[in-house]
Amino acid sequence: MTDALLAGDLPLPPRPDYLRHGSTIASWLTTTDHKRIAILYAITITFFFFLGGAAVTAVRLELFEPNGWLLTSDTYNKLFSFHGIIMVWFFLVPSIPNTLGNFLLPLMIGAPDVAFPRLNLFSWYLTIAAGAFTVYALLAGGVDTGWTFYTPYSSMFSNSHVFAAAAGVFVVGFASIATGVNFIATTHMLRAPGMTWFRLPLFVWAIYATSLIMVLATPVLAISLLLVIAERVLGLPIFDPARGGDPILFQHLFWFYSHPAVYIMVLPAMGVVSEVIPCFARRRIFGYDFMVYAMLAIAGIGFFVWGHHMFVSGQSALASLVFSFLSFIIAVPSAIKVFNWTASLFRGQISFESPMLYSLGFVGLFTTGGLSGLFLASIPVDVHVTDTYFVVAHFHYIMVGGSVSAFFAGLHFWWPKVTGKLYPESWAKFAAILMYAGFNMTFLPQFFAGYLGMPRRYHTYPAEFQIYNVMSSAGAGVLAVAYLLPLGYLTWSLFYGGRAGNNPWAATGLEWTTTSPPPPKNFDRQPRVDRGPYEYHAEGMSAGTDAPEVQNARDIR
Amino acid sequence: MSDESALLREPWFDFGRQREAGKFGIWVFLGSEMLFFGALLLTYTVCRIEHPDAFAAAGRATNIWYGTINTAVLLTSSLTMAMASQAAASPARLRRLVLACLLATALLGLAFVVIKGFEYKEDIDKHLVPGAGFALPQPGAQLFYGLYWLVTGVHAVHLSIGIVLVGRLFWEFYRRELPTQANPELEITALYWHLVDIVWIFLYPLIYLPGRSS
Amino acid sequence: MNSPFSLPEASTHAVTVDRIFYLLLVLSGATVVLVFGLILLFAVRYRRGSSAKRGPMPEFLRREFEIGWTLATLLSFVFLFWWAGSADLSSLAAPAGSLEIHVVAKQWMWKTQHPSGAREINALHVPLGQPVHLLMSSQDVIHSFFVPAFRVKQDVVPGRETDIWFQASKLGVFPLLCAEYCGTDHSVMRGKITVMRPEDYARWLVQQPEGDDLAHEGAKLFVSQGCSGCHAGSSNVHAPRLAGIYGRMVQLSDGRTVKADDGYIRDSILQPKRDVVAGYDAIMPSFKGLLDDGELQSLTAYIRSLAEEGSHD
Repeated sequence: MTDALLAGDLPLPPRPDYLRHGSTIASWLTTTDHKRIAILYAITITFFFFLGGAAVTAVRLELFEPNGWLLTSDTYNKLFSFHGIIMVWFFLVPSIPNTLGNFLLPLMIGAPDVAFPRLNLFSWYLTIAAGAFTVYALLAGGVDTGWTFYTPYSSMFSNSHVFAAAAGVFVVGFASIATGVNFIATTHMLRAPGMTWFRLPLFVWAIYATSLIMVLATPVLAISLLLVIAERVLGLPIFDPARGGDPILFQHLFWFYSHPAVYIMVLPAMGVVSEVIPCFARRRIFGYDFMVYAMLAIAGIGFFVWGHHMFVSGQSALASLVFSFLSFIIAVPSAIKVFNWTASLFRGQISFESPMLYSLGFVGLFTTGGLSGLFLASIPVDVHVTDTYFVVAHFHYIMVGGSVSAFFAGLHFWWPKVTGKLYPESWAKFAAILMYAGFNMTFLPQFFAGYLGMPRRYHTYPAEFQIYNVMSSAGAGVLAVAYLLPLGYLTWSLFYGGRAGNNPWAATGLEWTTTSPPPPKNFDRQPRVDRGPYEYHAEGMSAGTDAPEVQNARDIR
Repeated sequence: MSDESALLREPWFDFGRQREAGKFGIWVFLGSEMLFFGALLLTYTVCRIEHPDAFAAAGRATNIWYGTINTAVLLTSSLTMAMASQAAASPARLRRLVLACLLATALLGLAFVVIKGFEYKEDIDKHLVPGAGFALPQPGAQLFYGLYWLVTGVHAVHLSIGIVLVGRLFWEFYRRELPTQANPELEITALYWHLVDIVWIFLYPLIYLPGRSS
Repeated sequence: MNSPFSLPEASTHAVTVDRIFYLLLVLSGATVVLVFGLILLFAVRYRRGSSAKRGPMPEFLRREFEIGWTLATLLSFVFLFWWAGSADLSSLAAPAGSLEIHVVAKQWMWKTQHPSGAREINALHVPLGQPVHLLMSSQDVIHSFFVPAFRVKQDVVPGRETDIWFQASKLGVFPLLCAEYCGTDHSVMRGKITVMRPEDYARWLVQQPEGDDLAHEGAKLFVSQGCSGCHAGSSNVHAPRLAGIYGRMVQLSDGRTVKADDGYIRDSILQPKRDVVAGYDAIMPSFKGLLDDGELQSLTAYIRSLAEEGSHD
């Protein structure tokens, strides 16, 4: 019942899909095809994910004992710093936007590619160069400033390879800006005929809002690191209090980027979940326009809450109050989203394939993490729990429980489209449940440890916190297995998986109307759009289990 | 029309749309650049509020002649850049004018860098590099000069990139590999050039004028 | 070893913090139950092929419902902000008559000094039931003074003075931790806060080795650093007299008026050109780099003691 058959067109001559369209290494390294660049990114971030994971494995092993048994303090400090730097800038920030976003954005809006394909490839090479700097910093002996590079420690006191690590982050920032510019221009300029702004899938909106933050916040990170490098390497006084500088100024610049960066990591995750839940509940998303406004509000207000990281830094009481107020306000759009995802399940025909399990896991973990954020927005409570494991647990709930779960949801959801192969579903379900369990085992105890007063970044700790650390480390073992499983069965599916049809989930969305895997230019005919997203059933009709085009066609007759 | 097909790139089907997207993209990038320089100027502002006297003294120690001449040079280069862009957009075939203006722009840009080099040399001779043996006694003056070297350095890097872009355009037009008519690359380069110019318009009063009003 | 399952509320402030904490906990718990409950309910009731009633969204689940939900969330968040914010504001300033203790942090130790001059390292003895005001500065990187049992934390920043106060309400020994990452031995930069009965504290203080108190040390510095050359009454140089200046309002040459508090005195020593007192020339040199944080605190204490003497006259 596709358009082609209805129109009575002849079948097209066979042509290779994007994966088989040139098979030499050079054809991959010089490609401007957004789908191939997405694959290049996927390989890169997988490498960095397991690199960052290896670092934190050592950290968690060390924390079994209150006084350490495996590492020196310096090594410990370098490992958690490396874990943070790698996971934030080389995994989480590029994870969903540069892999799923790169692959899906043109497909979802009916475009042959992104607006500036060569810039897209350039951005990947920048990421690789930046990664090389950072890995060099590790091999040369490591960096021990934490991922936050606080001055004057980073600029005057640390004896580690701050320059290489900061330069790596500086360069990867430009990759981020290039991607952001590209995605914004693509969304504005390349939408297919009929694809109006309010017919865009929420994933596209999420990537668009994310790109705005990337473009406007990342340059400030670049400057803050450039200033650290200038002070450290060139000896120019900037933050050094002994020469009149202000070390707190660095924190303002750093968090002006790094708080919005949290939304760079979580908005795309919200986009993925907004695609998956309607598909497996066979319902329209509840309150589409509220979802759009909520994402734009998060992106906008996200720029004005950075000071809640600095309630104990000595900033003025007035500044703290303003930042506290805005931090409560930004929780409202997040609450809207949780409510709308839940309401989208109502009167659905819900099935529980692995992408849905990961997505429901996301909603649960994001809700928990978001609620713990309210504690941190309340100044008196924040003063007590900031810089403790409470904060560690909070942001891991948002960024690992939230973003990484959603990344796996998206990976499983679009895997048939990307590779043309089906993965073993029961293994995937098992991994999803294991990941949820392992995650909570790891991070729930950290809320308790943090409230009871265990500071973060502690190599050795008071003995009363051992019980929580042992629980956490044991959970991390479960979590590691849950992360390794998909690596195994997804790789297996590349060789032995069954062939996926064009639309294995019977989903709406333009990406499902082309072949799996798609051809190099995405669509054989220019798609036209005449309805909004998530039309899983005809207007006024009940959720059914048939494919959307069948249900909607029935309504037309 | 043959001009346009030579410029048409993947993934575009329509040249007008491609040009619009190119311009849109560079505007978004310029927005990003504003935040980049904005963060530097914020740092400057905070330090200046902390040390007003030291910044006035340090501002007086700069050589205002170099700064003023360079401002004039850079503003003139923006004029020639705008003329190149207008000449290329006009329906009359003004290829020679476009080439002349581009060359003038690149040369003026180079002149700026050379003058800046002389100024840097004088600053080094006058011990205005922060560190041991710094010329001014106030501690805040070192902050001023730390930011001075950094900001002018970052600006010079931007300008050098601009010179390379303009030079490349000139060369490709000269060899007739690219049509000048309605070329989006020219407009994009011009927008970038003007941003570098505008940044300097902010830097000039912040660097050279403190402490000179009375 | 302290209990791994509970944290004592050992200061008056701790009670306030815990009250907000537990309210948030109840609210969050209710939200978690609501969201998880609805998801589970829908997941079971509307599983594919179940016989539950389907059909379009009911009439009431429309825009107004969404707006109502949003407003309710907003209002409750504004309420939380108001409560937490006013609790923060009401505990901002240390009460008058607090016991002032100076804290200097450095990699990787805490140095504390009592008004009598008694010094401690990685330890602090305080009396029960009396407000204690800590004036803190760092000699190198940023540290953070954290006493979980008191629910207080404050970054200690090089180049400026930060402060917190607390009033201990339980006898005992409580851990002091550094909460801002400060390098290799960050995790062993810990100490002990001992809360004693006021009479025990007085006895303890007497037993400490005789040290000059801060004001006496400051008086010595006042001479040895050459301050007295200009600021002493017998001097020929035209410089402000400092007796009785502390705590007063000072008229500046640019027309502003500021209070001569600790921060002002510190700034005047380090950046004398910034706030010049009306009627005087800006001739004082900066002492930046010549005095460490401990010495600055001693000088400030000396100038404060001059004010106290003045008030007796």
